[in-house]
Amino acid sequence: MSKFRVVHYLNQFFGQVGGEDKANIPPFTKEGPVGPGMALQGILGDDAEIVATVICGDSWFNENIEAAKAQVLELIAGYKPDLVIAGPAFNAGRYGMACGAVAEAVSQNLGIPVISGIYPENPGLEMYRRHAMFVKTGDSAASMRTALPAMGKLALKVLKGEELGAPEEEGYIPRGIRQNIVTEKRGSQRAVEMLLAKLRGEEYKTEYPMPQFDRVAPNPALRDVTKAKIALVTSGGIVPKGNPDHIESSSASKYGKYSLEGVTDLTAETHATAHGGYDPVYANADADRVLPVDVLRELEQEGKIGSLHRYFYATVGNGTSVANARRFAEEIARELKQDGVDAVILTST
Amino acid sequence: MCTIVPISLTVGANRIVPTVAIPHPLGNPELPPAEERALRRRLVEKALEALTTEVDGQTVFD
Repeated sequence: MSKFRVVHYLNQFFGQVGGEDKANIPPFTKEGPVGPGMALQGILGDDAEIVATVICGDSWFNENIEAAKAQVLELIAGYKPDLVIAGPAFNAGRYGMACGAVAEAVSQNLGIPVISGIYPENPGLEMYRRHAMFVKTGDSAASMRTALPAMGKLALKVLKGEELGAPEEEGYIPRGIRQNIVTEKRGSQRAVEMLLAKLRGEEYKTEYPMPQFDRVAPNPALRDVTKAKIALVTSGGIVPKGNPDHIESSSASKYGKYSLEGVTDLTAETHATAHGGYDPVYANADADRVLPVDVLRELEQEGKIGSLHRYFYATVGNGTSVANARRFAEEIARELKQDGVDAVILTST
Repeated sequence: MCTIVPISLTVGANRIVPTVAIPHPLGNPELPPAEERALRRRLVEKALEALTTEVDGQTVFD
């Protein structure tokens, strides 16, 4: 029997092209396995072969999503694979989005399965969970050595057409697919037992967990922007040069609050970015490219806005946990309200 | 204001203004300084327009 054919999708970093300075390279192919694909090939053994690796820069992919999907799909299709493996992406947001989009394009157009790996808080998961079997990983590449065996084992099972158990048993995150199974007790009995357990304060496991939507009702529009006090908040990491609060370049545990009094323009001498998840060259040369202080000052002088709030708030949105982000947001929002701010412009990269 | 609109939609932002590129959402280093600043101003004015527009759900201001 011939070997199963697998194509692996990687970003520029794991594809061994380079770091953030190479994040804008368009998709291309290398024959055979690359980087983590080497270890993956070891796990796949003689049953399956990584025939090619498709690599694309994370920024290029996310700035050109439709073109990226089409081009990556074409490159993958050319190798006639039986299965595609993407990532693992861990908690890298752009990479997770790219792996998910590749999974969507491949599953919809080629009709073959896609295995990936992702940290549960990565936004790529919520967006694309239906399109791949995502193995749950840690938030960083430190979990590579557990992620790859799990992904490889799952890939082999799927390729060989072996019967799969529930997602928890197989080690991947549920895609939201419901399957009929035969049970001893009928639904009404199971529901009443669950209710009784709940009333007794005992543990019970729901058979259909409700999705958790984190949505807020939109605030009403500003009545008169020419009288409004507007604040700037960013996850793009803009800080006074030297990063006085030592905000981490990834997985930030804090945010900073910085004065804009007398500041009309951010320059290479005064401000820089602390963000480790994008090429910092452009923001370091002129931080207005991320936090538009110059233009808001101009609009303030022309009377087009009431005023620019005297502080801006900044953190680094790079693998930052949802729990930390929520805490930052609650604290920042409370202060902004106390300070009589009418509206906020949030900038992210 | 963000470059990866699908992420803003996923996390629940209600008024979204798409921007230029990940490393320079509100600028374009390839433009001469005056043009780059005009581009930034147009984007910020778009954000102000978004803030003064009533929305009843997630809205992308293209």
